[in-house]
Amino acid sequence: MCLAVPGKIVSIEGTDPILRSGTVDFSGVTRQVNLAYVPDAKVGDYVLVHVGFAISTVDEAEAKQVFEYLRQMDELSELDPDAPS
Amino acid sequence: MKFIDEYRDAGAAARYARALAKITTRPWTLMEVCGGQTHAIVKFGVDELLPAGVTLVHGPGCPVCVTPLELIEKAIEIASRPEVTFCSFGDMLRVPGRSRDLLSVKATGGDVRIVYSPLDALATAVAQPSREVVFFAVGFETTAPANAMAVFQAAQCGVRNFSILVSHVLVPPAMEAILSSPTNRVQGFLAAGHVCTVMGFEEYEPIARRYRVPIVVTGFEPVDILQGVYMCVRQLEEGRAEVENQYARAVRREGNVPAQDLIRRVFQVVPRKWRGVGEIPQSGLGLRDEFADFDAERRFGVAHHTEEEPTVCISGSILRGLKKPRDCSAFGRECTPEHPLGATMVSSEGACAAYYRYRRLEADAAETHG
Ligand code: SF4
Repeated sequence: MCLAVPGKIVSIEGTDPILRSGTVDFSGVTRQVNLAYVPDAKVGDYVLVHVGFAISTVDEAEAKQVFEYLRQMDELSELDPDAPS
Repeated sequence: MKFIDEYRDAGAAARYARALAKITTRPWTLMEVCGGQTHAIVKFGVDELLPAGVTLVHGPGCPVCVTPLELIEKAIEIASRPEVTFCSFGDMLRVPGRSRDLLSVKATGGDVRIVYSPLDALATAVAQPSREVVFFAVGFETTAPANAMAVFQAAQCGVRNFSILVSHVLVPPAMEAILSSPTNRVQGFLAAGHVCTVMGFEEYEPIARRYRVPIVVTGFEPVDILQGVYMCVRQLEEGRAEVENQYARAVRREGNVPAQDLIRRVFQVVPRKWRGVGEIPQSGLGLRDEFADFDAERRFGVAHHTEEEPTVCISGSILRGLKKPRDCSAFGRECTPEHPLGATMVSSEGACAAYYRYRRLEADAAETHG
């Protein structure tokens, strides 16, 4: 129910802030999405889409942190010498 | 798919599991709040990667599951009217009412439609001005911006034949209800990532302090969940009780401010009944007076109906983390996804349905061999 799927904005239409919408590509499937809640999102950005609304932009730098955290942990504890894949 | 596949990487998951085993010295019971997380945990077997003493119990975070019987009955009553086109997310159609569900209203000629977004329901109202179009607005904070926008646009554009049946619930009051129960066994929370995408996580800070419970805002993929568990257990082992954010790629501390603004403009905080749990004060959203014209309960005069919950189903205890689906005598016998007795068997995010789908065969095998 709270499922939200990441997709890439391929175009933006509409100037009225409430009606701002765009086309979002989910690995080949595109959908019309309301973009009123991500006023700063640009073409090329990834947004999380829930029931037809973008509710957040995906922060690319933060997205890598999950693996960076793992790497630092490995370094500290020498838990696993393998580099992150 | 980018931002999904990499978080399903088995190698990274195994490394988090190993790191977790290394820091765990005692048994800990954590609750994942959101049904989407429950679904992923059971589907990917995340719980099977955890060290022996670390237990995940499943939380109340499935809006379909916690919508009370009386609202289902109101939905059925409204949907049965000849002038009504009743629009809903698909999951709600199978939730059992007292004697039937919305799907059977549709089967007997009711105009019940599954929509993807509340805006689709609004578009239907615009396209069919002679019909009364009602949207079943269920959901947590994640869905509130969408429902608020549908009502706001309807008001702006003067769409008079549109209304919503509101069943909106809020996560923090449910967490407090769980923590303040004398039977509580939850020692740490994985907070619901998409709820926090909208609301941020400041409102969890007083809860973490008051109940001395770590709360880690967590995503939905296996690696996210394992990192969330790791962060939560590390706090417990170190004696800390803070709010941390595992899901920083989508969640900012302040949340989505424009979305919160529109939620507050359209909705106000009200007491709500939770299926199997009962009424929790200040635990849901209802329409503000200035948007009362869009309230389907008022429009169709069903506001004062109440219904008692049936007793066979133990979903209330499951939703509070006290029991697991297999503790229910009806699980997989009288109660299946084809013939659900309780809402936790209907939604793919309900704990009973997740166990039925991914764990039933194992349980059968254990029974025959063990
Ligand atoms: S198995 Fe069915 S009856 Fe038992 S708790 Fe789950 S939903 Fe309720």
